[in-house]
Amino acid sequence: MACALRFKNVTLGYDRHPAVHHLDGEVDTGALMAVVGPNGAGKSTLFKGIVGTLKPLAGRIERGELSAREIGYLPQAAEIDRTFPINVYDLVAMGLWHRTGPSGGIGAKARASIEEALAAVGLTGFEDRAIGTLSGGQMQRTLFARLLLQDARVIVLDEPFNAVDAKTSADLFDLVQRWHGERRTVLTAMHDIDFVRANFPETLLLAREPVAWGRTSNVLTPDNLLLARRMCEAFDEHAGECLERAV
Amino acid sequence: MLYGLLAAPFTEFEFMRRALAGVLALALGAGPIGVFLMLRRMSLVGDAMAHAILPGAAVGFLLSGLNLFAMTAGGLIAGFVVALLTGLVTRATELKEDAALATFYLLSLAVGVTIVSSKGTNVDLLHVLFGNVLALDDQTLLLIAANATISLLVLAVIYRPLVMECVDPGFMRAVSCAGGPAHLAFLVLVVINLVSGFHALGTLLAVGIMMLPAAIGRFWARDITMMVLIATAAGVAAGYAGLLLSFHSGIASAPAIILVAGALYIGSLLFGRVGGLLRQLVPGRHLEA
Repeated sequence: MACALRFKNVTLGYDRHPAVHHLDGEVDTGALMAVVGPNGAGKSTLFKGIVGTLKPLAGRIERGELSAREIGYLPQAAEIDRTFPINVYDLVAMGLWHRTGPSGGIGAKARASIEEALAAVGLTGFEDRAIGTLSGGQMQRTLFARLLLQDARVIVLDEPFNAVDAKTSADLFDLVQRWHGERRTVLTAMHDIDFVRANFPETLLLAREPVAWGRTSNVLTPDNLLLARRMCEAFDEHAGECLERAV
Repeated sequence: MLYGLLAAPFTEFEFMRRALAGVLALALGAGPIGVFLMLRRMSLVGDAMAHAILPGAAVGFLLSGLNLFAMTAGGLIAGFVVALLTGLVTRATELKEDAALATFYLLSLAVGVTIVSSKGTNVDLLHVLFGNVLALDDQTLLLIAANATISLLVLAVIYRPLVMECVDPGFMRAVSCAGGPAHLAFLVLVVINLVSGFHALGTLLAVGIMMLPAAIGRFWARDITMMVLIATAAGVAAGYAGLLLSFHSGIASAPAIILVAGALYIGSLLFGRVGGLLRQLVPGRHLEA
């Protein structure tokens, strides 16, 4: 099976301190994969590496024919200025950037797809609402609508169901499954272990380095989870240089 | 009677017509720029940059007198140098952008005042500080009009990336590399509009025609398009009414224009539809849903 993402001894981090250490492996095209690990395990760091906003300290991330910019990405805490005077419709329309660029028009077809995306996340009728008036769950629905329009082959979601109610997360997970059905590759950082066991075929357990990666039932064993918690040791200001598998 | 009050000053005196043309062009460019400065929480950046261009204009003035191109080039160079140094220091050290800008614009201002006061006369200093909207010559008028035209054209091109960069910089970074250049182009527009403003209104008040209309727009509109339109209209209205006020009362014209804008602002602050004080005090009964 073709692979969408390939990690070659990737180390990602900040200021030379690794947050994800020596990751090797492949994500198959069309995979639905959960990334699980305690806070500080490096999940967000890994995602920033995948979408190219963080350069690896060592190793390589291969994205097949995709460029980093073609990967759909929902960050954990979007840097959205909620006071900016813009409405839901325009924020969602940003998802069409890859088709419109800075000055392309938004024609009848594009408008129909925006309406469709809004309907898919249950926000029909919210077009003219200022983004500052949305609740947390409505904002997350808006961002999913924007992701829908991006029409990306690889989608990376960083804890998308945090701080949203059960109905919202169920609705939004329906979209994730729809993407999975369309053979898109979806990576999702998750904390809800039971939910992952029930819904994700594949899991990467991360604790600053990979603990286990594969079929969810083989990965999320009590032993592995305990190991992951222990391995999330603190950031050491005076850490020495890492010589393991130096390239 | 009304004609004599509102139109005659412009039909009878050429310098008033020129002033009006200059101020209208200025308002057209400065309105949208001011709105973006405000929305990016950079309202005081314009003020700081206006001070920063003073030494450049002063050096230009000393080298070749009241020469438009020397003063404009000097102002542009000083503005870009301060913007560049600020960017470098912000990236290279722990100093934040506001602190870095403050240090450089104050230095620049001190150098400027030193140059003007040691070599020039007080009249020159007044000209640089308060502009000379009633004595705009052809060249200056052309410069202001050209800057306004460039501003509107460039804004039209960078509008979408600029808005996206303001709303969601993380998303912009993820889908495109156009955000950085758009921001840079925007800063260049700020500087050229300040240079225009400084010829007409002086370095101290040039920012007024940017920021006051923008703040007015915020009190009347909920979306950015309307905000830009209202801000521009407010700038145009303040320019026209300010010139009339100055003509009839003898107040200096640059402060008269800004005072009118200030009056419009206070009116908007009190009665504005979006978050005006009166609305907050008397919100009316709450709605059904």
